[in-house]
Amino acid sequence: MHETDMTKALILTVKDWWESQSERCAVSKVYLTVGQFTCVEPASLQFAFEVQTQNTFLEGAQLVIQETPLIAFCHQCQRDYHPEIGIQYACPTCHSPMEDIRSGRELKIDRIEYSEAEYAPNC
Amino acid sequence: MHQTVDAALGINLLHANQAGADHNRAHFDQWGITCLNLMSSPGAGKTALLERSLSTLSKEFKVAVIEGDMTTELDAERLRQFNIPVIAINTGRSCHLDAKMVAGGIHRLEHDYNPNTFDLVLVENVGNLVCPAEFEVGEHAKVALLSVTEGEDKPLKYPVMFQEADCLLITKIDLVPYLEVDVSRIIANVRQMNPHAAILPVSAKTGEGIDAWHEWVRSQHQTTSARQKAGLAIEGHHH
Repeated sequence: MHETDMTKALILTVKDWWESQSERCAVSKVYLTVGQFTCVEPASLQFAFEVQTQNTFLEGAQLVIQETPLIAFCHQCQRDYHPEIGIQYACPTCHSPMEDIRSGRELKIDRIEYSEAEYAPNC
Repeated sequence: MHQTVDAALGINLLHANQAGADHNRAHFDQWGITCLNLMSSPGAGKTALLERSLSTLSKEFKVAVIEGDMTTELDAERLRQFNIPVIAINTGRSCHLDAKMVAGGIHRLEHDYNPNTFDLVLVENVGNLVCPAEFEVGEHAKVALLSVTEGEDKPLKYPVMFQEADCLLITKIDLVPYLEVDVSRIIANVRQMNPHAAILPVSAKTGEGIDAWHEWVRSQHQTTSARQKAGLAIEGHHH
């Protein structure tokens, strides 16, 4: 269940950002972009996030995942194509290998929505 | 008053791991060590390959192994006969090594040995074809292993690992006569997504192809060392 570890990594990254802020804000939403050509399954990530954020600074925060399709650029044909994951990655026209991935490898935290009200009484 | 604010981050989800991996690599570079990350599904033969290779490689290089295993030290024990440091990292329930775990291994290397005298660190990742590919540990190159018994379609089903690999070892090649497997199809499937990786058929049992693999390790070490020396020269220039 590697989404557990992926979520751990995500929480760590958000925590780094959170701690770098001058005030301890309350995070309401975390927006992610997850490419189809990654090892991440959005539904599992969603579940792991809910579980792992309990009793942390991210408790109650919502994870919003936008998926991006796998798109590669074929230099031979000078055009984009959609490789079929699990079936065919080479260019369907000229069979050049998939080399230049233009979309689908993203694992990105796009933005964080938060309210400026204090997160904890001590802040 | 609650005011909702948006912060644009645009940072990698694995940012913290990536930073850790870069930190590990900086240590390796400083010590003149080439680090290779060996990845495969369970049972593809990572430990068997190391058993075959270490007797040769440990004569040419000062080698250490960082061994990731979910709960046991069985693999590490198999490698200790070569009288090299084998640092076992129990990953617990985690199905891959991450930068932080490997940093723990590096710390032990630094503490218990003189890291400046080492040339090569081989990281044996946890057996898993999926996530080790996403978690860099500070390696200079990724080596994927795929055994002929796993089937020709694995590269298509687990593409990220094979797309990221700098070297693919097709292992247990001695079993080909007993299987209905077409090695050229495995290669063609990998080539669909990775035109550049070195693809080397090997058998840890018979030794077939092992020389070519060692040759690849030597050339990696050479390239990495040259880069490290150039990098250090540039750094020195600034001071």
